[in-house]
This record gives sequence, C-alpha cells and structure tokens, in this order.
Amino acid sequence: MALPVYASTGQRVWHYAFRVICGLIFFYLIAPILVIIPLSFNAQDFFTFTPEMLHLDPAGYSLKHYHDFFNNIDWQLPLWNSLKIAPMATLIAVALGTLAAVGLSQSHVPFKGAIMAILISPMIVPLIISAAGMYFFYSRIGLQGTYWGVVLAHAALGIPFVIITVTATLVGFDKSLTRAASSLGAGPLRTFWKVQMPLILPGVVSGALFAFITSFDEVVVVLFMGAAGQKTLPWQMFTGLREQISPTILAAAVVLIAVSIFMLAALEMIRRRNERLRGLTPA
Amino acid sequence: MRITKLLGSAALALLPMAAPVLAQDAATELPPCDGCSDSMVIMSWGGAYQNSQLKAYVEPYQALTGITVTWDESSNEAIAKLRAAQEAGNMPYDLVDVEGPDSQRACDEGLAAEIDFDEALAPGSDGSSVEDDFGDSLINDCFVPQIYFSTTFGYRTDVAEWNGQTPDDICDIFDTATFPGKRSLQASPKKNLEWALVCDGVPADQVYDVLDTPEGVDRALAKLDTIKDDVIWWTAGAETPQLLADKEVVMGSTYNGRLFSVIAEEKQPVAMLWDYENFDFDGWIVPAGLDEARMNRVMHFLRFATDTQRLADQAKYIAYGPARASSQPLVSTHIDLGIEMAPFMPTNPDNMKNYLVNNIEWWSDHQDEVEAKFQAWLGQ
Amino acid sequence: MADATISGGLPQGRGAKTASPGGPMLAADGTPLRASLARSLRRQKMRALLLIAPLLLFILVTFVMPIGDMLFRSVENHIVADTLPRTVAALRDDPSEVPGEPVFRAMAEDLQVAVEEKTHTQLGTRLNYESSGMSSLLRGTGRDVKGMGEDVAKAVTGLDDAWEEPGTWVALLADPAWVQTQAEWAAADDKSPEPAFAASAAATERLPRTVEAYQAFAHVTQADDGDSVTEEEPWNLAYVALADDLRADPGAAEAFEGDNRARLDALSAAVADGTVPAVSYRDMFVESDDAWGEPGTWSVLRTFSSRFTPGYYLNAVDLKLGPNGIEMREPKDRIYLQLFVRTLVMSLVITGTCILLGYPIAFLLANLPERTANLLMILVLLPFWTSLLVRTSAWKVLLQQQGVINDILVWLGIVGDGNRLALINNQTGTIIAMTHILLPFMILPLYSVMKGIPKSYVRAAKSLGANDWTAFWRVYFPQSVPGIGAGSILCFILAIGYYITPELVGGTKGVFISNRIAYHISDSLNWGLAAALGTILLAVVMLLYWAYDRLVGIDNVKLGG
Repeated sequence: MALPVYASTGQRVWHYAFRVICGLIFFYLIAPILVIIPLSFNAQDFFTFTPEMLHLDPAGYSLKHYHDFFNNIDWQLPLWNSLKIAPMATLIAVALGTLAAVGLSQSHVPFKGAIMAILISPMIVPLIISAAGMYFFYSRIGLQGTYWGVVLAHAALGIPFVIITVTATLVGFDKSLTRAASSLGAGPLRTFWKVQMPLILPGVVSGALFAFITSFDEVVVVLFMGAAGQKTLPWQMFTGLREQISPTILAAAVVLIAVSIFMLAALEMIRRRNERLRGLTPA
Repeated sequence: MRITKLLGSAALALLPMAAPVLAQDAATELPPCDGCSDSMVIMSWGGAYQNSQLKAYVEPYQALTGITVTWDESSNEAIAKLRAAQEAGNMPYDLVDVEGPDSQRACDEGLAAEIDFDEALAPGSDGSSVEDDFGDSLINDCFVPQIYFSTTFGYRTDVAEWNGQTPDDICDIFDTATFPGKRSLQASPKKNLEWALVCDGVPADQVYDVLDTPEGVDRALAKLDTIKDDVIWWTAGAETPQLLADKEVVMGSTYNGRLFSVIAEEKQPVAMLWDYENFDFDGWIVPAGLDEARMNRVMHFLRFATDTQRLADQAKYIAYGPARASSQPLVSTHIDLGIEMAPFMPTNPDNMKNYLVNNIEWWSDHQDEVEAKFQAWLGQ
Repeated sequence: MADATISGGLPQGRGAKTASPGGPMLAADGTPLRASLARSLRRQKMRALLLIAPLLLFILVTFVMPIGDMLFRSVENHIVADTLPRTVAALRDDPSEVPGEPVFRAMAEDLQVAVEEKTHTQLGTRLNYESSGMSSLLRGTGRDVKGMGEDVAKAVTGLDDAWEEPGTWVALLADPAWVQTQAEWAAADDKSPEPAFAASAAATERLPRTVEAYQAFAHVTQADDGDSVTEEEPWNLAYVALADDLRADPGAAEAFEGDNRARLDALSAAVADGTVPAVSYRDMFVESDDAWGEPGTWSVLRTFSSRFTPGYYLNAVDLKLGPNGIEMREPKDRIYLQLFVRTLVMSLVITGTCILLGYPIAFLLANLPERTANLLMILVLLPFWTSLLVRTSAWKVLLQQQGVINDILVWLGIVGDGNRLALINNQTGTIIAMTHILLPFMILPLYSVMKGIPKSYVRAAKSLGANDWTAFWRVYFPQSVPGIGAGSILCFILAIGYYITPELVGGTKGVFISNRIAYHISDSLNWGLAAALGTILLAVVMLLYWAYDRLVGIDNVKLGG
C-alpha cells in the first residue's frame, strides 16, 4: 500500500486521510481498554483522571484498588470460584470435543451436517436463551445453583470452540501418517496418542484456551444458573457495575486484561509454531 | 392505625439520646445449638445494609459458634430465586432478607416457613412479650422483622440551575421548571404511584382508595408521564447514591440508610428530602422445607440476631429504626463516625411531618396487575 | 475421495479385481467385494459415531434438552387444570356465559383446597397475564372462601353439636374397611401418614356432594397437613354439601342406621323447614367480588383451562386470546412488537456501524506488508480477547457525565460544563459500546476474505484506465462483499441476543428483547412468556444461522484470524 512516487495530490491527501481514519478507528478499538489501566491506579475513588494524575504526580497514583482486590473476600471468593469452574469446564470440553472432532474428521460420518450444527449451536444460540433454557431445565433436575451445574453449562458453551479449532487442524492432517502407523503395527490408541495427537495438539491447545476464556469471562449463564457459592469474577463485576461502581472493578478489569494478553500471546505462539512447521513440511 | 402510634413512640424514645452503656452480656447467654448444621447461606441486599447485619450480629454469632456464613446478594430477586430453588428441590438458602410485601408473597405462595414467634424469638429486654415488642411489624406468619426503613429522596445541594432553591416538598420531584435535571426513580410501581397521586392532589389517607378504582393507576401513571423523559430508573438501592455522587442525577429516591452513607460517610454534597417518605419493614424469612439440622441452626441464629441488643446494634451502622420497641432507647450514635443517628432516622419526628405507610395487603393483592401495567408504561 | 477410502480400508481390493475378471469381485477373504466394502464402510461409520457419541450425548443433555424445556414451557399451561380440576370438569358441561351453581360449588371446593395448599396465588398470577385483575380476584376470594357457608355450618351444629365432632363425620361417611385400617394405623403409631380416606358405598350413593366435599377436605388434611381426619372438623363446604344432599334427596337417611340415621332424619327435617338455610355459592362468590358474575372472568377460565396454550406466544406479539378469538391488546399494553422492532433496528444500526468502521481496517490490514499487518492485528485481537465485562466497565466509566469523554469535550470547549452530553443510559450508550464489542467480529471475516483477493485485479483495472475509485468500487469491492455478508450476519446474530451491555449502559430506551426475557425470568416470574419471547428470538437467530451456513458454511468459521 505504499504510495507510488507518481501519485497525484488528491491521491496523496486520500492516502494520508485514510491512514488517519484508520488510526482513529484503531484508537476507538484499543483506547477504552488502555485507558482503564492508568485509571485503576487512581489514588482517589474517582473514575476520571484527577489533576494530580495528569501532572504525573506520584501522589495521584496508588495500588490501593489492587490491594482491595487481592485482600477483599468479596473479590477473592469470586476469583477462586472462577479458577475452580473454568479449568473443569475446559477439561470436559476439550476431552469430549477432541474425541468428537476426530470422529467428525473420518471420511464417512452419517448426518455429519446435522451433528455439526448441533455441536456448534451453543455458540450461535444467544446466551440469554441458553441461560433461560438451562435455568428451567437444570432446576428440574436439581443442578440449578450447584457447582456441577455451572461447570456443565460452561463446558457446553466451550465445546463449539474446541470442535472448530481441532477440526481445522484435522483438515490439514495427512491420513497416510495414521495408515503408516497402523501398518507398522501400532494399535488405534497408540496411533492416536503418538501420531495424531502431537500433530493436532496446537488445535487442541487453542481450543482449550477458547474454552477456558469462554468460561472465565462468561456471566449471563452463571448469573441465572449459579447460587452464592458459585459467584464468579465476571458476576461480581456485573453486580458491581449495576449497583455501585467501586474502583476495585477497574483493578479487577486490569487483572482480566492481563489474562487476555497472556492468552493472546499463547495463541500467537501456537500460530507461529504452526507456520514454522508448515514451512518445514515438504509440500 | 397502630403503626403511627408505634412510630411516634419510637421517635420519642430516640429523642433524649441518653445512650446507655451497651450491654454485651447477651453473648454469654447463648444456649448451645444441638443437632445444628455448621454453615448458613444468607441472602441479603449487599452494600451498607448487609454490612450492618454482618457487624451487628452475623460476625458476633460466628465468633460465638464458629459456623461459616456465605452471603448471596440477591434479595431484590428473592422470590424468583426461592421459587427456582423450590422447583429444583434443592434449597441453597437458609435465611432470606426481604421487604414486607415480598414476605407476604413468599408466605402466600408457601415459599416461606411459618414461624411461631413466641417460641422462636427472644422476649424484649424490658420484659415485654414478643408480640408487644414487635407490634405491628409482625405483618404475617412468616416474617421476622428487623427494621423500619423509609424510601425517600436525596438531592444534590450544588445544582447551579436551581438558583439557590432546594426541594422541600415531595411534589418538587414533578416540578422540572424550578428543579431541572434528571431524577432517579425505582423501576417499580410501588411508592412511585403513591407519590404521583399525592402530587396529583389526592389526600395521603385516600391514596389506596384511589388506586383501587379502575382509573386510579392510570391517573398516577399520567402524573408520572409528566417527568418520564427526565427519569433514570433504578433497580438496586445503591444506584441512586451512585448516580447522585456521579452527578448523573440531581435528585432520586432510595432507602434512607443508603442516603446516610452518601451524606455522612462519603461526605457528598447531598441532602435528604423528608416529605411523604414511604415506610416499610425489612426482615427475615426462612425458606420452607429446610431439613432439621439447618432449621435448628437458622432458628438458633434468629433468636440471637433479633434480640433487643442486636437490633439496636444494627442501628449503629445504618440509619434504620429497629423493629423492636425495646431496642429504640438503645440507639445512639454511629459506631465509626460518632454522628447522632437521630436526624437520619425515619422515625425522627422532624422527619415525620408527612409520611406514607406502605399498604402491604393492597400491594400483595394488586402487585401482579399494577406491575404489568407499569412495565408496559415504562417500555413505551 | 471415495477411491482413496476404498484403497485405504482394503489395500487388497485391486488385487481381488484382477484375480477374478469374470465372476463377482471377491475380497481376499473370499467374501464378495461389495459386501466387504459395505461392512468396512459400516465399521468406519460406527467408529466415527462412537467417537462423536459422548459429546453428542453431552450436548443433548446439557444444551439441547434445556432448549427443548424452554419450548415446552412456552406452551405449557397445566396450572389451571391442576389447581381447579373440579371447576374445569364442571365448566365443560355448562356452556352458559356465567355458569350455574354446580360450577360455583366446584370452584368453592377447588379454591378451598388451593388456599390450603397455597397454590391459588400462583394461579392468580398466571391468569393475570391474560386478563388484568385475575390475581387480586383470586387472592381476595381466596381469603373469603373459608368463611363461605358459615351460616349453614352454624345452623347444623346448632341443631346438634355432635356435628362439630370429627368422629360424627367419619362414622357417617367412612367405608368400614377404611375404619379398620385406620384403627390399625392409629395403634401402630409409626409416624406414617394416615391411610387415605375412603367413603362407604351408601354414603357415595345417597350423599354424593357431601362425599365429594369431604374427600377434598380429607385429602388436604391427610396428605398436606399430615393430620388425621378423626381429629379435624370438616370445612363449611361439607356442611353446605350435606344440607344440599338432603334437600335433593330428603329420604337419604334411610340408607343409614343408628345414630347416623337419627341425625340425618333430624337434619332433613331442619333443611325442609328452613332452619338450615339454603345458600347459593354463586351468590357468595358474587358477594365476595362482582367479577364472578361477569362473563369475562369465566371466559378467561374457560379459554385457559386447556393444558397447552398459545397464550404466551400471542402475548409475546401483543395479541391476546379473547372470547371472540385472537385480538390485539390495548394500545397501552403493547410493548413487545415495539421491542422486537427496536432490537432489530438497533442491531442493524450496530451492524452498519461495524461495516463502516471495520471495512477500512480490514482493507488496511489486508494490503499492508505481513509484518506490519500482524502487529496491527494485535489491536483488533486484544479487544476480541478481552472480557466483555471489562470492555463494558470501560465504557460505563468513559461515557458518564463526569467521565473521561465528557471531561475531554469540556476541556476542548466543545460542550459547556453545564451541558455535558448524556452518552449513557440511552440508545447512544448501547450503540457505542456494542459497536466496540462486535467490531472484531466484523473485521476478522472481512480480513480473511480480502486476503484472498488477488492484488493483480485492481492493478489490471488501473492499467486499463480506471481511476482509483472505479478500480476499487467496480473491481475490489464486489469481491469483498462475501466478507461483508459473513461479518454482518455474525455481528447481527450476536447483537440481537445481547444482554449484558444493554443492561449496563442502555437505561430503559436502550435495552433489547433479551433484557425483557431476563426480566421475566427473575423479576416478574412469567417464565412462560420469557420462554415464548426466547423461542421467537431463537427462531430469528436460527434463520440467520441457516443463511450464514449457506453463505459461508459453518465449517469455515475461523477463530481469531
């Protein structure tokens, strides 16, 4: 998109105007997330920049909201609940999802379209509808307001992501490798673990990351399905936002942003590794 | 109307402010709890109110018994949560804090257990019987009262457009010419309709008679229509204080104890409007169908948490009037701020020149109809 | 594809073909090749299904069945027939607008039982969805029903105070066999519930109404309260029924013996001479509330006595089932159509803004060198990966009147300090925040489509004399349309189902249908209506999902670029 040397004035103006427009849109995308980082260090209980902060006066900044976040039981309990719920939901989603994705990648799967549609549906159905249905149904079977109720619901919501990422890696999977393995005497299980798994691992890991973040950030379903004992971090943030906004929410938000950055970095690493591997494999 | 008398006497009792030395001896009298569960899940309102419960009797009770308590801040959805839990056959809550009308609804629908007050609760420290001590606050067979509260208005004292005037009449809420700016009101017909009718010229003692007529509700809604565009609607009691502090609104209704926090604790430029504030009760209900161990624990706790001293202690943390007459003389100053609580109490005679009392029976009969009409009106 | 599978599954297949050119093709083990192939294929299918089965089962139970439950709840209407079984049955035989005495008597029995079981309030709430006023009607009459027939009970007991004794009633009505088992139960004293009351043949034949009323009382006493009928005085209803039975059949006493006969004879005489007054339940109901004498009340009961109803769906689109069929609701009660329209319009606006903002970004990213594009892509992916709650909190904080955006505008002098913009608790807030949240879902599909557009096309157009705009508009843009389509459907699907963001920044005017669903689940407790609204929303989403599948293919959903 470099500007050619022979560009007319109009083209030059448009070229730069376009970049400015894009810059503004990027700003819109990223600024709200970045702006709460300094705000979370506010020494006051305000949600805007105090004069001290604008003058970069150290007195205007403090860690007190973080101190509150890491010491207040109102935030620690939800954090632990989130950390108890998300990994379990991820485990279920990844185990069942990977197995099914391997099944779906076979050459002859009856009703493949229908099955795929059902498995992907938790991602498409609006969360409020899933939440309503689960609330009604889980109430009937006594799972409403229980740890396992929330875990199962979150696992269901995470499964489409696992299916999509793992199927995507299986599409590029060279079937002659499994055939080679079985012709060399490996049983199906051994073939799966030793040959197939290492190759689809990046897909499984990204699926797991998606499933984890789905559960970790999910609020609608847990709001309906959970009871006090399952209050998660997003739930606590939602209540806080709806009722009284304490600046601790911003500290919690920054912690969650850190989690997102970590996830993003992990995914990027997987992607790079994939590209490298793909580059090495002879076409 | 006996409640009037009771409120009046409660207020008088508050006046002398002779704070007796608070006796902490009740703690040693706590009988052992046999066959009791060792944990409780309590549903309450969160915020300043829950904190007053925590400090006044939950933490002391935990210190004495060593049980664990989990809080669930969803009292504004109490009935829905109870109904879902009952349907699920899995009741996660041991004790639920609700307003008077909700207790009536829970009791009517069999969601709450009926309680024998004489047996379950402690007599007054002055020797009065449970019935006499709680008086009119025993509104039904399921409800164990804690406090009186009132819903009233707070306003910012620094609004330039008001040219130095401050609202002192409930109907100033509807006067957007003199008092321009956004108002916050509860997204519920309760209280709003009563205020609208009072400001539409209905005498306070005829408000429910008018609401009972087919045109009554429409008349109140028509009055509310005049300020509809200037209203931000709230669902949680903490919202109005927040909106006032953030200057999102210039005046708004909320529970008087929440306003106390904004004015006295957070020192915001906010003042209270005491005119036709709406009285109601708040208290405990016990979910129906708890097993024996949990029931024993809840009853053991309730006896402790609603005795004369504990209810008086609660008023040291929040400006609500204890439901027991015998607790009234023990109320004095705020525990941390040392402020006299009287000016902030709904039961202070200065604050009670005009007031409304929530008609629980009318509301529990008509809630469904009026709520549906109100929500349709709100959505249009 | 099929070829590869055959050779994969049966490497010896080709050999078989060459071995027997004339006869049926045989596999290595001698079975016909066709059968062998079919078997292998079947085995493959089975294996695939076995791998998928656990997940499919899991999704069916944790997700599909809940959705099914929602569909069921949107039409389910057991409550009327369950709470008022006698009334519903009696209404079937009585087509008049305001029914006659038998229906009112059935209603009195049903209501008395419902009050004891505390179910009449739920019924009132349910019927109030259809006709305003039903809730207070049932609650009010529920309070009165216990006192109905007090005059009769007083007159009967005044005649002979034996009628106050529970034992008198048991002796009159009970089946001797039941008396026997009841006595054994009482002797055992093992805390099991009392054996269900059974009436004698004579009583059932000659005192049918009494037996019916007493049975209702006995059921509540035994099953709900855990008490014994031998210790509880029956309801007024039973006294009224007994008087009515004796009025209809003055000779009923002849079927009984001993004390029973003597008491019934005395009572018959008192009924005949008017000492025991004749009462009408119809009058007592109308006295309790005039609404019982109005056809409207009964038409609601009749209309909603079936076990399944379209009522919730009609309600969800501002219609109702009146006595004359489906009709519009009163203008002031119409809210849902408006809300659906608002949800759709706002979702369209948000999708439109996403296209406007997303297209340039995707274009830039697709045409920049790989390294720069990857770097800038982080600016798109970071919001994508950041918690929805975080982004919503950010907007809530930024958009406030005293928030950063208004501060900057005031500082720049664009708005005065007194006229800070209302950016939150209205539609503006919802649109700003949701566009931000959904923008990555527009950019990512657009980007992947644009990546696939060969740059040479635009160059060719230009070399043929097109200017920049023509080359873009006539050559590049049409090729990017599938990306716009995919991104738009994705954004739109996500937007119309949103709940959290509108709830937090939308006020009353900026909320969506989802917020109404949540309101009906947790505040108004109208679960049927919530389910119906949810089902309609689901249908819209499914339609779009189907379109998306057609356009993009669900297998081609990519995550995170």
